[in-house]
Amino acid sequence: MARMKFLCDADRCIECNACVTACKNEHEVPWGINRRRVVTINDGLPGERSVSMACMHCTDAPCAAVCPVDCFYTTDDAVVLHSKDTCIGCGYCFYACPFGAPQYPKVGNFGTRGKMDKCTYCAGGPEADMTQAEYVKYGSNRLAEGKLPLCAEMCSTKALLAGDGDIIADIYKERVVTRGYGSGAWGWRTAYGDTVSV
Amino acid sequence: MTMKSPATRMMAVLGLVAMLAFAGAAMVNAQQVNPTAEAVSEDSLFQQLQAGQMVDGRVSIPDEKAAGLIKPDNRSWAATHTGTVRILTIAAVVGAVVVLLAFYLIRGRIRLSAGMSGIRILRFSAFERFSHWLMAGSFVVLALTGLNLVLGRIMILPWLGEAAFSTMTTWGKVSHNYVGWAFMLGLILSFLVWVAHNIPDKLDVQWLSQGGGLLKNGVHPPAKKFNAGQKIIFWSVTLGGAALSVTGVMLLFPGLGGGEADWQFYQLIHGIVAAGLSFVIIAHIYIGSVGMEGAFDAMGTGDVDLNWAKEHHSLWVDEVQSEEAQKKPAAKGTQPAE
Repeated sequence: MARMKFLCDADRCIECNACVTACKNEHEVPWGINRRRVVTINDGLPGERSVSMACMHCTDAPCAAVCPVDCFYTTDDAVVLHSKDTCIGCGYCFYACPFGAPQYPKVGNFGTRGKMDKCTYCAGGPEADMTQAEYVKYGSNRLAEGKLPLCAEMCSTKALLAGDGDIIADIYKERVVTRGYGSGAWGWRTAYGDTVSV
Repeated sequence: MTMKSPATRMMAVLGLVAMLAFAGAAMVNAQQVNPTAEAVSEDSLFQQLQAGQMVDGRVSIPDEKAAGLIKPDNRSWAATHTGTVRILTIAAVVGAVVVLLAFYLIRGRIRLSAGMSGIRILRFSAFERFSHWLMAGSFVVLALTGLNLVLGRIMILPWLGEAAFSTMTTWGKVSHNYVGWAFMLGLILSFLVWVAHNIPDKLDVQWLSQGGGLLKNGVHPPAKKFNAGQKIIFWSVTLGGAALSVTGVMLLFPGLGGGEADWQFYQLIHGIVAAGLSFVIIAHIYIGSVGMEGAFDAMGTGDVDLNWAKEHHSLWVDEVQSEEAQKKPAAKGTQPAE
């Protein structure tokens, strides 16, 4: 089985935000929630870089470790998913996540955040694959259809890569070697404990 | 169209030449500046990153909090929560039970040396008992639902199943969030009715040096309304309860807190203080019920046996009895003359 990862090649990202929009549309993500976002570092300065970020589907995911009801699970493809039926909306996963991935439909007082929502790597949830029940809670399940996440698939500059970690790391390394520079595999060190060294 | 004067033409030509020269210089500059050479990289940002800081930038979506890109320290909060806090919680609860069980086996129930006198003396008024039980009842609910959040996953979930445990924990969370207000009210009332009796004094040193009479049969160091042990409980509950209330309210209203770093801090303090207070309260429950003969009556019916009062709160009995003695002549004085 593949070990699925995301890699954003910031030297190619043009901050078009199409990945953000595609994700919202594909999964009909509720208002106020962005499963993916583009962050621009050193905005307006020479050498600014934009990074598209979502859930990184960490190794030893901290969200899963702190969840008081153990609602997270890791698929055979190493995608970190969760059950909205089990989630109690306590907010701990948001405290634990280094990437700000878990979000809640409400900014409610008295712990009324609602069920947590985050990037599913277009892999749905615990419900049966490609069912309406799964779609309503988690969005579409492209992985079950044999497709990769839409954000990466439709990226116009192919900055955002999704797929097996080793394969996308090789693609990134080849690019860095060819063009002679690279700002790094953003988030990898924090998510997987190791970055892509060229 | 009017004919331009030679001077105007000259100016236009000179201006054009100047513009071209400037543009040429700018192009040379652009070739010298290599944006990729100055590009930020994750490595360089991580090297500058101090503890508690994050890599952030700007987002074009309305949610400005999404501008944080990588916060590596959130992982260390997660490790503390599942490590230190969980271990401290287990140590507090299991430790209290082990210590008290050992104490019970060695010392046994602390009995009255003189036996029951049959005479009752009022120790706590109805209002004092109301304050105590409001705080105590809500604390038990809060402690159990709180412990469930920390330990339920490893202790209850395996045999209850995911769905039932989730339902239970949801209701636990709801009660924790609302019963907290009853606890805060009870805490304030108890503080107000008892703070005057809980100011530490020299007597407490004496009481503590004799081990409070807990360790030896028949030893009863003098004490006022509250002995040093009870004062320790009072201040633990007051200060611990205040810390739990403040951090709890901040967690209840996330908007007041700010960001994850604040919420993590409040959650950490909340968890550690709750573990410590659980230890204190388990010991308090023991000594107020099984551990000491005649002790429960004080908070149960409100009155205690006179011999119990004399053994455990000798100076308080003297105070109460002298007050009553002062009242009696006054009562006689109001009777009609014969």
